[in-house]
Amino acid sequence: MAAISSDNHGLRLVVRYAVLTLIAAIFIFPLVFMVMSSFKPDLQLLRDTSSFRAFLPVGDLSLDNYRDAFTRAPVATFVFNSVLVTGLTVLLSLLFCSLAAFSFVFLNWTGRSVLLSVILATLIVPFETIAIPLLLLVSKLPWIGLDGFQIGWLNSYRVQIIPWIADGLTIFLFVQYFKDLPKELIEASRVEGASWWQIYRKVVMPLSGPVLATAAILKFLVMYNQYLWPLIVVQQESYRPVMVGLQYFFQLDTAWGEIMAYLTVITVPVLAFYLVLQRAFIASIASTGVKG
Amino acid sequence: MATVKLRGIRKSYGPVEVIKGVDIDINDGEFVVFVGPSGCGKSTLLRMIAGLEDITRGTLEIDGKRVNDLEPSKRGIAMVFQTYAIFPHMSVRENVAFGLTINGVGKAEKEAKVAEAARILQMEHLLDRRPSALSGGQRQRVAIGRAIVRDPKVFLFDEPLSNLDAALRMDMRMEIGKLHQDLGASMIYVTHDQVEAMTLADRIVVLKDGQVMQAGAPMDLYHEPANLFVAGFLGAPSMNFMDVRVSEVTESNVTVSNGALDPVAVPRKGRDFTPGQQATLGVRPQYLSPAETGRGMLHGRVALTERLGSETVLDITLKDGSKLIAALGEDRILAPGTEVNLNFDPGQAHVFPEQR
Ligand SMILES: Nc1ncnc2c1ncn2[C@@H]1O[C@H](COP(=O)(O)OP(=O)(O)OP(=O)(O)O)[C@@H](O)[C@H]1O
Ligand SMILES: [Mg+2]
Repeated sequence: MAAISSDNHGLRLVVRYAVLTLIAAIFIFPLVFMVMSSFKPDLQLLRDTSSFRAFLPVGDLSLDNYRDAFTRAPVATFVFNSVLVTGLTVLLSLLFCSLAAFSFVFLNWTGRSVLLSVILATLIVPFETIAIPLLLLVSKLPWIGLDGFQIGWLNSYRVQIIPWIADGLTIFLFVQYFKDLPKELIEASRVEGASWWQIYRKVVMPLSGPVLATAAILKFLVMYNQYLWPLIVVQQESYRPVMVGLQYFFQLDTAWGEIMAYLTVITVPVLAFYLVLQRAFIASIASTGVKG
Repeated sequence: MATVKLRGIRKSYGPVEVIKGVDIDINDGEFVVFVGPSGCGKSTLLRMIAGLEDITRGTLEIDGKRVNDLEPSKRGIAMVFQTYAIFPHMSVRENVAFGLTINGVGKAEKEAKVAEAARILQMEHLLDRRPSALSGGQRQRVAIGRAIVRDPKVFLFDEPLSNLDAALRMDMRMEIGKLHQDLGASMIYVTHDQVEAMTLADRIVVLKDGQVMQAGAPMDLYHEPANLFVAGFLGAPSMNFMDVRVSEVTESNVTVSNGALDPVAVPRKGRDFTPGQQATLGVRPQYLSPAETGRGMLHGRVALTERLGSETVLDITLKDGSKLIAALGEDRILAPGTEVNLNFDPGQAHVFPEQR
């Protein structure tokens, strides 16, 4: 009996791992293909796609593609721009959206449920429909910077950051999370004399690790993959982000090897971000586990 | 230490009124317990005193000062919640010191106060732990410690023991009683456990549907319940009620009877009756005993005998079909079906004009 059931158990484990491995493989193969191809000359790269060699580091391998990619386009500038814009937007978005959600959930003011519904309604509006009105708006907005007063936000970092800070989805994530926090924790803080800001800083935020991580990942992906918006608001090369930069490689002759090298380079920040966040994510769950 | 005065306190959620005009005076250093069935408004009342709910109408005074519109933290109160409400991301020490840290109290004073609270609650060894590494009773201790360091005029407790198991509940109950003796602060304590109410309170306030049914010392409420609700609510096993008919009313007594009860004159206690009306007679199970001689006053048959060690509980079906419980002080077995005649001291019985 025991032997049979443990055999059964073992078999099930094998099947489970096989399925998981397969799924992991489906996700990882394109990445492997990308990295491997980035080391191969175009001719070999295209020839290899017809066989399993596409996923293997075989044949004539070199860093030529990387050298060529960096000469064809200001890759470092693009990566810097994207990392800067994405990083700042993620941070500001976490701050402002969590503050908004805090107010919606914990503060008592008239009209807050109506306003929250309006914000949630924006979730179903695709960006394409507001892109042009938003373009007209930002082209007329004033700004006071280091170089004085000016009209119009085009060709800048701010035009890539500010419109993306607040969004319905992030606010919604925080609202849902805050609603599930034990109400008594907030009440106890109030009795103890904490101001709303202190409650936000010292009680709510330290308990919000999981939702901060989730919101950060989603925002990061949206921002790092920005294409349409920077395409229409940034003409100046020095402000361009990575996705728009990809265009440089689809000119007269498409250089596949260089494209793969470029893609490999711009994937590095994404992986780094995931690794850092995964650690923080697990740590925050472990330390805040509100157990009953 | 302070007095708390509630005058005509009302609370409505939209069109629904849940507290319907409550007047209570709590003396300096008094331990007052609010009891009542679930949903009667105990927590709401306590939270209004704490300042966590707005007061719809009426006046609340703490220490002689109107506090209706004061922030919770300005009222001189501390509150202990049913769910403890301790911060999971802070150590016990940080939890206990939370209010002091928030209010910028100096390090030395803070440490002294935390140490003092830890000593009172015997939790010095827990100070550096996280709440997740504490038992339920220890967590509640932390919550009480957090209240103590604030040095409040009034402690508010909302069912602080209801998440603990029976044995621990008894320990903590004693500790809270001792804490009250040591600190001498005014305390308001909400529970629906009448044992907690009876053991802890200087004064019990019985609530029902947002109204005070009776307020007074535990034994006064036990012996002189003002109405049917209070009579039935306090005491375990709860008071027996019998539907009776009034046959005679005198200056001090009222004579009642029914199919199983011979006519008996019971103190009227100023209540008004008219001969011929239906009324309710209440007798506590402890005051019933089988008649050794004579024919007794109540007649029925034993349905079940339960021996609890310290007492024996008889389930009796009376001649008119109604049920009755008698608690006998001694070990006594009466076989089911045995005919019993019971006696009671009319002076310990209560008659209410209301019907059940
Ligand atoms: N926010 C609210 N909105 C509407 N009704 C409420 C609200 N809070 C409480 N009530 C109602 O007020 C009444 C009293 O509630 P309360 O929590 O004070 O009862 P309680 O006596 O503490 O009961 P329990 O013993 O179950 O804790 C209940 O009928 C409840 O449904
Ligand atoms: Mg309650």
